[in-house]
Amino acid sequence: MHAFLAPYIEPYLGAYLTTLIVIGIQALLVVVPVLIFMAYLTYAERKVLGAMQRRLGPNVVGPFGLFQPFADAIKMLTKETVIPAGASKFLFILAPMLTFSLAVIGWAVIPVNDGWGIANINVGVLYLFAVSSLGVYGVIIAGWASNSKYAFLGALRSAAQMVSYEVSMGFIIVTVLLCVGSLNLNDVVLAQKHIWFAIPLFPLMVIYFISVLAETNRSPFDIPEGESEIVAGFFVEYSSMSFALFFLGEYTNMILMSGLTTILFLGGWLAPFEGTAFGALFTWIPGPIWFIAKICFVLFFFLWTRATFPRYRYDQLMRLGWKVFLPFSLVYLVLVAGVLMVMGWLPHVV
Amino acid sequence: MAFLDRTARSLLLSELVSGMMLTLSYMFKPKATLNYPYEKGPISPRFKGEHALRRYPNGEERCIACKLCEAVCPAQAITIEAEPRDDGSRRTSRYDIDMTKCIYCGLCEEACPVDAIVEGPNFEFSTETREELMYNKDKLLSNGDRWEPELARRLELDAPYR
Repeated sequence: MHAFLAPYIEPYLGAYLTTLIVIGIQALLVVVPVLIFMAYLTYAERKVLGAMQRRLGPNVVGPFGLFQPFADAIKMLTKETVIPAGASKFLFILAPMLTFSLAVIGWAVIPVNDGWGIANINVGVLYLFAVSSLGVYGVIIAGWASNSKYAFLGALRSAAQMVSYEVSMGFIIVTVLLCVGSLNLNDVVLAQKHIWFAIPLFPLMVIYFISVLAETNRSPFDIPEGESEIVAGFFVEYSSMSFALFFLGEYTNMILMSGLTTILFLGGWLAPFEGTAFGALFTWIPGPIWFIAKICFVLFFFLWTRATFPRYRYDQLMRLGWKVFLPFSLVYLVLVAGVLMVMGWLPHVV
Repeated sequence: MAFLDRTARSLLLSELVSGMMLTLSYMFKPKATLNYPYEKGPISPRFKGEHALRRYPNGEERCIACKLCEAVCPAQAITIEAEPRDDGSRRTSRYDIDMTKCIYCGLCEEACPVDAIVEGPNFEFSTETREELMYNKDKLLSNGDRWEPELARRLELDAPYR
């Protein structure tokens, strides 16, 4: 991108401004499609849930209801923003912005094709892990600043939930990284040239997916917003655009986490059977399309589980996180490390 | 053995997977819902919808101001005032129904000796203001004129059971 644009604008603007503009354009090229993707994820969710409950889903606004997300956005924008009298105003407004921006900046390191990430940094996985963990701050701040008991309870639940699932998620990611030998997301994908990690590490992928459900507060782990117990959880007091930002953040996070699952286990932008005899059947479709298709596949599981399972009770969620997933992923980590060591398959990336 | 069985089942998520397969199979079943504003369900001839005051075929209004409907109305939604008309017949000078009070029980229809007040098949009469739901005699008569063919058919269909 830089090499392509620089000859045209560098003579006029200088090196520093050129870099800035190129990065800005790159960011827009990622953020705008992500937001459109997110808008249609809400549409897809309503359609899939509807179909699984034998309903039609939105079908009135535009052909097949395709303009529904935009109608919703306009509705949200025109509503009144209500700030509760007892709320801490600054934090109350900060929280949704934090949630949303954290969900978006994670995309900086996601490689959509070989070397296409905006920032191809060597600690991409750590960066993503840090950004997704920071997401809990938006929730806690929202719950605390609202000065409402339901919001506060929702925030507490969410904090406990995210902490308990992050640990086993960490172990799972470490297992993958052991097989890769690099923290760079680009390398993680390239290491799957021969076989996607979904095959040798299938149990881990299942646990990872379930942990992601908990991490993004999705059903059946949506206790922080548990409608039937604490109204809407941490965002009860939010309305209009500030509510919409939480909504955007949640869905963008879902896409981000599906992207990470794709990169870690499903071979990122690689076509199926790439490098084998069947490879040619699939490689003519460009990488980014495979990447998006895989994200959609993972996202479908998000919607599918939402349509299938009832909400977990709080202690069950804690038990699952600490007493099932944590020991399991720990044992699997040791097992994988042992196998790699004994068979001499340890990657040697310098 | 039972322990092994249970452990294997929970580790292999067999129950979760079978549940997910069930929802997936539902995804491809025909929809159970009606596409409402474009499709509507069937309505019984006894359906109690929006009220209407009927007329005789010669255009004379049926209501004789006996006030039985006003008396029987459990929600006291009906208000009637009556006085003799110039030709000496007894008619209502005012016939109001407060549709916000009405509970659609159909007792007015049953009490009426001349089939004047009836509840029609129309259930799509929502309004944007409360005032529009205070129906007066003109509104009820115009409802009657508008729905008369349908009202007559419903009465005929239901007649054997009255």
